[in-house]
Amino acid sequence: MFDWFAQIGKNAIEFYARLGKEVLLFIQTLLAFVPLVLRPGLIVQQIYSVGVRSMLIIIVSGFFVGMVLGLQGYNTLVDFGAEESLGVVVALSLVRELGPVVTALLFAGRAGSALTAEIGLMKATEQLSGLEMMAVNPVDRILAPRLLAGIISMPLLAAMFSAVGIFGGYLVGVDLLGVDEGSYWSQMQAKVDFDQDIVNGVIKSFVFGVVATWIAVYEGYTCIPTSEGVSRATTRTVVYSALVVLGLDFLLTALML
Amino acid sequence: MPETNNNLVRIRDLHFSRGRSKIFNGIDIDIPRGKVTAIMGPSGTGKTTLLKLIGGQLKPEKGTIHFHGENIPAMKTKKLYDVRKKMGMLFQSGALLTDMSVFDNIAFPLREHTDLPEVMIRDLVLMKLQAVGLRGARDLSPSQLSGGMARRVALARAIALDPEMILYDEPFTGQDPISMGVLVELIRSMNDALELTSVIVSHDIQETLAIADQIYILSQGKIVGHGSPHEMNQSDSPWINQFVHGEADGPVPFHYPASSYKDDMLSGR
Ligand SMILES: Nc1ncnc2c1ncn2[C@@H]1O[C@H](COP(=O)(O)OP(=O)(O)OP(=O)(O)O)[C@@H](O)[C@H]1O
Ligand SMILES: [Mg+2]
Repeated sequence: MFDWFAQIGKNAIEFYARLGKEVLLFIQTLLAFVPLVLRPGLIVQQIYSVGVRSMLIIIVSGFFVGMVLGLQGYNTLVDFGAEESLGVVVALSLVRELGPVVTALLFAGRAGSALTAEIGLMKATEQLSGLEMMAVNPVDRILAPRLLAGIISMPLLAAMFSAVGIFGGYLVGVDLLGVDEGSYWSQMQAKVDFDQDIVNGVIKSFVFGVVATWIAVYEGYTCIPTSEGVSRATTRTVVYSALVVLGLDFLLTALML
Repeated sequence: MPETNNNLVRIRDLHFSRGRSKIFNGIDIDIPRGKVTAIMGPSGTGKTTLLKLIGGQLKPEKGTIHFHGENIPAMKTKKLYDVRKKMGMLFQSGALLTDMSVFDNIAFPLREHTDLPEVMIRDLVLMKLQAVGLRGARDLSPSQLSGGMARRVALARAIALDPEMILYDEPFTGQDPISMGVLVELIRSMNDALELTSVIVSHDIQETLAIADQIYILSQGKIVGHGSPHEMNQSDSPWINQFVHGEADGPVPFHYPASSYKDDMLSGR
């Protein structure tokens, strides 16, 4: 009985110790952003591998999601004779919800898993130890540029997703199903509010960018340095990112409505 | 510690464990300035661990490791990183950065820590590569190198910043007789010409006896022998004799601690 209590206590202490370490590491990584300003090359390189290389999957997915929205939205709206509002429906769904959320999920699968595997393998092959002994702090040189690149890339990727999606909805709605082109665009312009909708979406994608990239970088940095350890860490990155992004999405939506 | 002390590194009463196994059980080591100190001992005794303790990558449970009179385990991160600039370490595995070429690997510490113009970095890198005989391999990536070549590149990188002290973890492993000879010569001549302090972990008795000024032999968490190569050869200590002459029988165990072989074989029935 007492063992059982002791175990709970021990687990709780370990949990908080880990949490504390993670928060400290996060703060250290954020502080390392400051000197990075002097080395934009490092950030650009990471934005290329984290952001630019995720563009294809983001754009293709955005296009399909937009087309689906066009189809589904039209079918529902046409019953009420409101198919003129298709543009608003497509744009709002994308900008406020699907853009940030789906982009974050794809980002975790495409860039997050790659980051975890890369950093985990660097750890397993003693490259991180090697950096430390060369007096180069891996937190400054490896973690910080990757995290910053992820934070910069995510909102841009989400914006691309939404833009391409709106175009996809246009193709299906206007070209295929015959919604009036003028009302598709003008209603969208009239009803999508910059402060309410666009900014909300950008805030979300920014938060998701921080969270998804941090999970990826942290899992890689703290993984068990073996093949199995790296593979598990990669899986955890994708699973945790998805769960945290979806949970946070609910929270942020509730806060911002 | 004042300058009267001629030891660059001074280890006292060092204790360190991995899980339940005690790797070091109170060892004292002095590494004198300008000398080549060899650390020898059976595989798995903790030689690599010792180098990592000196480099501040692991923290001892007890004991002190003074470098230039300052205790490494007690240092703040920033201080530790400053101190590491004065150390070069050759990793057992090489630990080269796999996403850059051989050239960039050696240029890496120079680019990180100095503001030297690129022309000068190029000259320095080529000099270091020439010293290890791999100037022609500068454009290869680490995955295209053999084990022995990778280690020589790692050696070139460890000396890139002209550190005060170099820690070599098994520099001779995987080298053919020719490169072995060159490396022995290189380590010794760098030590003398640049007034470096060198610490070599190695199993190659003859090479090590040839270049070391003093030798420590570790076994089972303790120092079982210490002295000059000559003293080692003459020693009548069974520990030292067994190790220096590579005998299977003696006080130094070949086996990782285990229950008796017979019991183990029979217990599976
Ligand atoms: N990361 C680790 N986790 C747990 N135990 C470890 C770890 N690294 C090393 N050990 C243990 O510590 C002991 C010393 O390891 P170390 O690598 O220092 O040996 P070594 O003397 O360098 O051996 P070798 O000559 O084979 O390189 C070994 O018994 C090993 O089992
Ligand atoms: Mg070793």
